Amino acid sequence: MHSFSLQFGTALTAIGERLIDVAVFSGFTIVLLMKSTYYLKNIVRRRREVFRQMYYAGVKTLMVVSIVAMFTGMILTLQTGLALKDFNLEETIGNVLIATLTREMGPFSAAIILIASVGSAMAAEIGTMKVSEEIDALVVMSISPVYYLVMPRIVALTIMLPVATIYVDVLGVIGGAIIARSHLGIPFDNFYAHVMESLHFKPVYVGLFKATIFGMLISSISCAQGLRAKNGALGVGRATRNAVVASFLMVLIVGYYITEMFFGKGL
Amino acid sequence: MIELVDVYKGFGDRMVLNGVSLSLEKGETFVIIGMSGTGKTVTIRHIAGLVMPDRGQVIIDGVDMTKSSPRERARIRSTMGVVFQSGALINWLTVEENVALPLVERRAHSRQEIADIVHEKLRLLQLLDAKDKMPSDISGGMKKRVCLARVLVRNPAIILYDEPTSGLDPIMSSLISELIVKMKHQFQVTSVVVSHDMGSAFAIADRIAVLYEGKIVECDRPARIRNSDNPIVQQFIHGEIHGPIKVD
Repeated sequence: MHSFSLQFGTALTAIGERLIDVAVFSGFTIVLLMKSTYYLKNIVRRRREVFRQMYYAGVKTLMVVSIVAMFTGMILTLQTGLALKDFNLEETIGNVLIATLTREMGPFSAAIILIASVGSAMAAEIGTMKVSEEIDALVVMSISPVYYLVMPRIVALTIMLPVATIYVDVLGVIGGAIIARSHLGIPFDNFYAHVMESLHFKPVYVGLFKATIFGMLISSISCAQGLRAKNGALGVGRATRNAVVASFLMVLIVGYYITEMFFGKGL
Repeated sequence: MIELVDVYKGFGDRMVLNGVSLSLEKGETFVIIGMSGTGKTVTIRHIAGLVMPDRGQVIIDGVDMTKSSPRERARIRSTMGVVFQSGALINWLTVEENVALPLVERRAHSRQEIADIVHEKLRLLQLLDAKDKMPSDISGGMKKRVCLARVLVRNPAIILYDEPTSGLDPIMSSLISELIVKMKHQFQVTSVVVSHDMGSAFAIADRIAVLYEGKIVECDRPARIRNSDNPIVQQFIHGEIHGPIKVD
């Protein structure tokens, strides 16, 4: 009985400590985001770094974004198209695909790719700078690490995620068109007409709004994890993993609430 | 100018500083020696305002860093430079850009003025040939010299050196030691140097403090430290394995 109480107490303490950690990290990330907003006044001076980060987030990830986007469209079309074929509704696959991509899969796929490729790199880069005293060096030179490192990264990803989302939407439709033609026998012009029929303004702007929020979340979480890294290479690895997990969870949770906010009462 | 009053600092369960007190005059070169892990780097991080003590005061130019606002701390820091052990160079900037960084961000000089100042410091530290190289392409010792050049461009009143000569060859080590002395005589710079290099420590110091288990066990002029009857001091400066300092 005594041993059980001890174990229960230890487990409870561990859960408590974890919850405190999460609360502290959330507060740190929110403050970081607010400070970055303050330093937006210096964005012109930091434009070189913003463009450098945009290049990393956009151009360097182009290949993987293209592959994921094409295959997302192809999978959606194949799975949904075959189901629709049972009801002789396969012609409407264009409508289903564009609705799914613009509302959910476009921003979600773009976010997942950028979490894996850019968010993780941000956490690792800033984490390495933290453990190798480069962040301290900036502080001693009276250069704010938020102004110098964090703000340009948040701005870059907040701009690039909606751009990547549009790219995913377009390539997804192209991938879908290929499968619709080859597996469902739907001609390109017919598919295109159905896509345009269901391409509405609201899902597009909600999708882009979602992507903008995702970009802000991923970059601030990743930078915050990097800035809190400690204990050498091990700490950098931990910060990178935490950045990926926390960003992924936030994309899912915030994504749901944005959908609920805009589509909760119908289209 | 710099005063630490009864400073305590712990990380987790481990106490690193156990009541460190020291006082430095303007233009003094103060060397802190001691075993690895006794809190030498933590002491200079307190002076730089990078770490706050759990207890005690850190007073720079009459300002208590533990009670001052972030703006006040930033103002005090702007009069300081830190030569980090690893160099702490920004890895996507060239050597020249790294040295120019504090001036570029301060925006108090024209481009030509910055170029001239940077050129002068690179020449002083024999780094002109490496000015276009990236930090990843230069040696550890060279990184340390670039870091020192980056500190010197700001003309700080206080320079904190964390192991400035470790990893350097004897000639470069002498160059750095000579530069520390020159900074004192020419510009009345106050220097706090953390070092394991006994030769350099005795050559440059006005006073030497010996840190052991988070406390200063002896603080005096180099000649008196050399002749100290404290067995901890004697064991450390002669590098003896046997003595009151237990080697794990």
